[in-house]
Amino acid sequence: MKDGQKRAHLYCHCAYAKVIDPEVKRQVLRGLSESDVAFEAVPDLCEMSARKDPTLARLSATPGLEITACYPRAVRWLFHAAGHPLPAGDEVKIHNMREESAEVILERVIGAPGEKEQEQEMSS
Amino acid sequence: MSHPVQERLRVVLYEGPGSTALESEERFETLNALLEGGYGVTRPKSGGTVSPEDDATVMLLGRFEGPAPLESRREDGRPALLVRDIERRGAEDVVAQVAAARDQAGIAEPGQWTPWFPVIDYDRCTNCMQCLTFCLFDVYGVDAEGQIKVSNEDKCKTNCPACSRVCPEVAILFPKYRKGPINGDVVKQEDVQKESMKVDISALLGGDIYKSLRERQDTARQRFSTERDESRALLERKRCLGELKDALDIPDEVLMTLPSAGDIEERARRAKEKAEKRKARSQSVKDGGASRAPSQDEWGI
Repeated sequence: MKDGQKRAHLYCHCAYAKVIDPEVKRQVLRGLSESDVAFEAVPDLCEMSARKDPTLARLSATPGLEITACYPRAVRWLFHAAGHPLPAGDEVKIHNMREESAEVILERVIGAPGEKEQEQEMSS
Repeated sequence: MSHPVQERLRVVLYEGPGSTALESEERFETLNALLEGGYGVTRPKSGGTVSPEDDATVMLLGRFEGPAPLESRREDGRPALLVRDIERRGAEDVVAQVAAARDQAGIAEPGQWTPWFPVIDYDRCTNCMQCLTFCLFDVYGVDAEGQIKVSNEDKCKTNCPACSRVCPEVAILFPKYRKGPINGDVVKQEDVQKESMKVDISALLGGDIYKSLRERQDTARQRFSTERDESRALLERKRCLGELKDALDIPDEVLMTLPSAGDIEERARRAKEKAEKRKARSQSVKDGGASRAPSQDEWGI
């Protein structure tokens, strides 16, 4: 991934189970939708993995992918199970909505409040 | 999986040049409704990165200021680009529009199956085959190289994590399970010890629990054959299988669909045969006698 290039973001809604606090999902999705971050939102990575959904090939091949879903170990092996493993190492960042708060995740994905304005001032 | 994805729909919520941006709440409600309806959404932003185009049918949703972009088809006649103006449409209406377009394009309806199935952590898996031996529902298989794999995700019984409880390496995940490390949480040393103590599969195959179950069921069967009370028979069966439920966290509804003790014994016998064949083959490879992986027939799968 090139310096300064914005990361592609993937959000999993875990739609077919109640294992993620709905309020966390709601806050994260709301935060993303109100931000300037481009993102892909999928209903459920588990279902896509089981169905070997080719969309996962497209996503795993996206440079600098950042994922908001559940446990990183689960996310990695779900992609692997679909036949489209994520790049090894730290290239892919994974945020865990089962353990982390919406505030922490959004701060990492979007940046701390005011950070964006600072970035804009720096670039102008 | 019995029904892998064929045709796909990529919904794009477009708010760029030539369109009017949605109100914040409207955008969120639309995204949320689409996701709850089982539709993925791409939300591009200027200067941002989204994954590249592939062969999915793109459905462009937007409030177009002028003429909407023209729809197009591929050479084979399949739709390449579908366009819907969502001006003055509520979130549920947008979902209905997408669903109608999906039907028209012949794309399968999402969300028809609860995605509960095992996922193997190959960094931990030692290919011991205990999951294959233990699973009563033919979820597991082996690939051409003899590596364990999940073959039939949709045969897995929802909320049953039993195979992960017998895995000595804690290598089987159920991402939607409520507790770690089975849900994908980091595996700690105490987890490995705890899980390995839960059930000793060799003891199971040795017949300890199954023998006990069989004896209880035989007793129950004799009694019920005279009483002909099916509901009591079911209750007795459930009580007998309670040991498995406690040890492996198997849901009641799965317990009630378990095969008979005889079926289980037959399965254990076949698994032992497979293991012996595998051992013999492994020995043969060590001795230089074989150079190919066992076929699925040889595994009896």
